[in-house]
Amino acid sequence: MTIEIDGINKSFGQFQALRDIDLTIPDGQLTALLGPSGSGKTTLLRSIAGLENPDRGRILFSGEDVTGLHVRERRVGFVFQHYALFRHMTVSENVAFGLKVLPRRERPSKREIRRRVHELLEMVQLDHLAGRYPAQLSGGQKQRIALARAMARRPEILLLDEPFGALDAKVRKELRRWLRSLHDELHFTSVFVTHDQEEALELSDQVVVMRQGGVEQVDSPLALYSQPESRFVFNFLGQVNALPGAISGGVLRQGDAWVRLPESCDDDDAELYLRPHEVRLTQEPSRDAHLPFRIEAINVIGAEVRVELRPDGWESQELWEVGITHSAFNARQPKRGDRCYAVPDVGHLFCDHLSEPKTLSWYEAAG
Amino acid sequence: MADTDQSVRPRRAGVPVSRRVLPGFGLSLGVTLFFISLVLLLPISGLVIHTAGMGWEKFWFVVTDPRVVASYKVTVLAALAASLFNCVFGLLMAWVLVRYEFPGKRLLDAIMDLPFALPTAVAGITLATLFSENGWYGRFLAEFGIEVAYTPLGIVVAMAFTSVPFVVRTVQPVLEELPPEDEEAAVSLGASDWTVFRRILFPVLWPALVTGGGLSFARSLGEYGAVVFIAGNSPYVSEVISLMIFVRLEEYDFAAASAIASVVMGASLLLLLAINVWQGRYLKRLHGGRG
Repeated sequence: MTIEIDGINKSFGQFQALRDIDLTIPDGQLTALLGPSGSGKTTLLRSIAGLENPDRGRILFSGEDVTGLHVRERRVGFVFQHYALFRHMTVSENVAFGLKVLPRRERPSKREIRRRVHELLEMVQLDHLAGRYPAQLSGGQKQRIALARAMARRPEILLLDEPFGALDAKVRKELRRWLRSLHDELHFTSVFVTHDQEEALELSDQVVVMRQGGVEQVDSPLALYSQPESRFVFNFLGQVNALPGAISGGVLRQGDAWVRLPESCDDDDAELYLRPHEVRLTQEPSRDAHLPFRIEAINVIGAEVRVELRPDGWESQELWEVGITHSAFNARQPKRGDRCYAVPDVGHLFCDHLSEPKTLSWYEAAG
Repeated sequence: MADTDQSVRPRRAGVPVSRRVLPGFGLSLGVTLFFISLVLLLPISGLVIHTAGMGWEKFWFVVTDPRVVASYKVTVLAALAASLFNCVFGLLMAWVLVRYEFPGKRLLDAIMDLPFALPTAVAGITLATLFSENGWYGRFLAEFGIEVAYTPLGIVVAMAFTSVPFVVRTVQPVLEELPPEDEEAAVSLGASDWTVFRRILFPVLWPALVTGGGLSFARSLGEYGAVVFIAGNSPYVSEVISLMIFVRLEEYDFAAASAIASVVMGASLLLLLAINVWQGRYLKRLHGGRG
């Protein structure tokens, strides 16, 4: 089921939670609503579910206007951040709830309900807990029961509000994979809210980045990471190294640092953004870049050695971070306090007079 | 799932079995028990001793006197009706106070406790005046042929009035703590408003409602001040137990008074105990015990 959101606005008193949201969520895909807290992502999810009534705008499921439809008629599965399991019911009673409250002529027989509950509990691999009460379950188990309960009526749309927010890192990772495989198996349209960029990029087919009640960018995880359209998206998705400065004569300069731009650019204030993997570390400055640093810290844990760098003779708001391979690290053995230079391979230039960033590559220039 | 075996370690000999983290257990429990003995147990044992002095036969004769038995019936039925009314009305009041925002909400919240603050005699006289044939409500009700003042119905009204805060104040905090997500989850699963109330809210509110209702009932059993002014006090029809006790006292028959009092007290104590035990079991289930 495709979900179309057409000019949604929502205010809570003075606070505008959603402003003019236009969005299409494709059928059968897993879409993430990503943003910092207060960006309106949960409000948008609740509006899709019908738990929140937008002040203006329309919501369509497969082209059909459902804006005026009550939650209970929208037939969406909703999984709450804190599970919202019914405490006084056992696990199987919780899962059966959606079936038991169906009007008499639609309600399956008792035996059919039992069979379906059993099937759902097997799907979430918790059939052995059918007789327990929610208070006797761990967080990960509760979340899976909440999911089974939401799926009981076979909704075509599944909405999840920070589904893994309250879980510890390991359970989270496991549950993430499990949700992905479940989604691939059953092909419902799902939307989930998260403030964890890693989760959004790893799990989803499409990511909607939100900021202050508006949509900042909608793209596939890969496109979002490699071609962010704004500084906000760039900053929000992963580590970023920034060189703020001024362009004059095709050179971006600040203090002792300068970078010769491979493409012509009007003179202006600008900021060059580089991902940690888009930068190399060398002993000497290159022909195109002079970015002096002192090594501040070295972290050898993980697939790469992460080196934190303090600008030397110029300034940036945060320390730079560059990843080098373990073999390169072992060959050179850099130490804290050593002086070194960064050489950009690829960069993203945000000029103050341009709305869109320019992606720059030094490969050809160097070659 | 959780492997509890790991957490059980063998106890070392010589170490005291229970080492409490919170200090002051001995002192605070001691003060509590002392206080309870002073204001509760001592008078109660005095009552029991006083009663015991009269012997079984006389005791039985006093507590089964037809006029007294009639007063049991009147009192219990009226208290039952009053506490049932309070359960419904108190739940409604608590609901309104918790779920809606409206001007004057704080004031209404404060007024809820008024029946406790008001001297019961004042309440009784006021209610009797209002519900008498010429009173504001009585005149209106008389048109429908309903008499309240000086009938058993009046007793119910007085009992309900003096004990309604019990229900409101026990249900209110439970209702406040109920996460709205539970209701939203139920509605998103297709439940109607009535189903949400019956299947989701009510099971959680139920223990508090029973406690409130039980307290209201126990209080109503012993209510005197408010009731005597509106009851009419005609023998076999609208006499309550507490009035019977008072009548015996006026006759200087202290033994008989304490005999009747001990019956009321025993009934109240049993009721409150039963509620506590039942509620303990019910709540244990909600909070993870294997009920």
